[in-house]
Amino acid sequence: MTIVIGFEGSANKIGIGIIKDGEVLSNPRRTYITPPGQGFMPGDTARHHRGVILTVLKEALEEAGIQPADIDCVAYTKGPGMGAPLVTVAIVARTVAQLWGKPLLGVNHCIGHIEMGRLITKANNPTVLYVSGGNTQVIAYSERRYRIFGETIDIAVGNCLDRFARVIKISNDPSPGYNIEQMAKKGKRYVELPYTVKGMDVSFSGILSYIEEAANKMLSADQCTPEDLCFSLQETVFAMLVEITERAMAHCGSQEVLIVGGVGCNLRLQEMMGVMCQERGAKLFATDERFCIDNGAMIAQAGWEMFRSGQVTQLEDSWITQRYRTDEVEVTWRD
Amino acid sequence: MATHQLLRGAELLKQGAEGRVYRAEFLGKPAVIKERFPKRYRHPELDEKLTHRRTVQEVRSILRCRRAGISTPVVYFVDYSSNCIFLEEIVDSQTVRDFIASTQPSSSQEDQELQWLAKLIGQILAKIHDEDVIHGDLTTSNMLLRRGSESSDFELVLIDFGLSYISALAEDKGVDLFVLEKAFLSTHPNTELLFQQLLHSYSTSSKKSSAVIKKLEEVRFRGRKRSMVG
Repeated sequence: MTIVIGFEGSANKIGIGIIKDGEVLSNPRRTYITPPGQGFMPGDTARHHRGVILTVLKEALEEAGIQPADIDCVAYTKGPGMGAPLVTVAIVARTVAQLWGKPLLGVNHCIGHIEMGRLITKANNPTVLYVSGGNTQVIAYSERRYRIFGETIDIAVGNCLDRFARVIKISNDPSPGYNIEQMAKKGKRYVELPYTVKGMDVSFSGILSYIEEAANKMLSADQCTPEDLCFSLQETVFAMLVEITERAMAHCGSQEVLIVGGVGCNLRLQEMMGVMCQERGAKLFATDERFCIDNGAMIAQAGWEMFRSGQVTQLEDSWITQRYRTDEVEVTWRD
Repeated sequence: MATHQLLRGAELLKQGAEGRVYRAEFLGKPAVIKERFPKRYRHPELDEKLTHRRTVQEVRSILRCRRAGISTPVVYFVDYSSNCIFLEEIVDSQTVRDFIASTQPSSSQEDQELQWLAKLIGQILAKIHDEDVIHGDLTTSNMLLRRGSESSDFELVLIDFGLSYISALAEDKGVDLFVLEKAFLSTHPNTELLFQQLLHSYSTSSKKSSAVIKKLEEVRFRGRKRSMVG
């Protein structure tokens, strides 16, 4: 029996989760939400996390009904992400690890998403679409690495959506992406937007700058509604994501797709991917907002896998890093 | 609709990401028919525009390459109402992907045996870029090897120009190489040296290569530099 506690706070979500041999014992989380029109800054986000982390830690332990002595390993997000929030969380992880006398494990955030997706959906060897505010990658496992087949060559799809939300002042509560999704459902008119796929990579900065400039013009000229823009943006960027996923599948000969990351909560994206899968006779796997959105349990799960395959992070190596590629990690727990 | 009738009797070769590929005879010649069928997951307006644009771009790029003496399938016929392209079938060929996989079965060491292949690919890419054709989807699945006129050498045939376009910008050529580099290294692990040889061959064969290689380095760094939050 192995129990791992995971600490996650690389962006505006702070979550701590506890996993026992594939069972999620607890997974509390808090989100730092900024007023409409504003994004979240590193310093403020770190301050938010500092303010709530010990409360969340207490919740995690109480909900799981375990004592620190029961824990086998303390996993935390080593990166990638925003510097200040990552440091804040790492400090707490290091402290409790020493306090409780438990080994530490620095986990790659992206791999946390993948391993949680695999655990929850039981997908065998899927092509993974990892889409969030900070990342957009198409990943497939091969020879001890999660290899990146396609990715954004500039900004992440979630970042594009979040920044568009700011332009037309959509609320960030519970998240800008969620609100765009709700508004898109009411959109009727399809507005043509730039579509940029380069091989297996995508580019979103072009569509973002286009829509940032065009949005206010079109809205004041009454050419379309904000709902139409939300709808058109989603249809375009999601089509791009489905396309690069399909390319990777064709290239690898894969028959399974797993969507992870915050943008993976979006039901329209899941629907579109589902249609593509159906046409190819492939299977789609997706999780709900508990696990799509950054959470502590995913770090615990990846930590569980790593720990069981013999990995441990020494205290002097338990730093954090803003840049940490998914394919840098040796996946010692799979063959 | 004549094309659809023909397709019904044709042999389905594969369902790639772009559409379906069939084998049939066209005017007595072995042909491959590329059908870009409507993608139901896309908004119909987006789908129509994209599909048409890609059909047109593909044909234009192939023609431009052929005029410059680069090996690509011959375009026999285009049906714009169903977005089908009728192409020459490249018989007795193998994708570079399968070729590398068969000569380099495990990822253990770099094989010097494939150096000639790296050189050849570099030369061909230099040629298409010097024609300002950006392939847009360079992968080892989109390159075929067939025996040349002399039985000892191989000919490289480029296929799948669906994402291609015309551009003189070093940035676009750099991204084109970047796409290949990513596809290459992710599909064929431990071939970094081979790819270096490919780039070297490209540099020596292309007249405008230095700006392109510089852009390639910039684009590589862009990916690394990006702060990955969330």
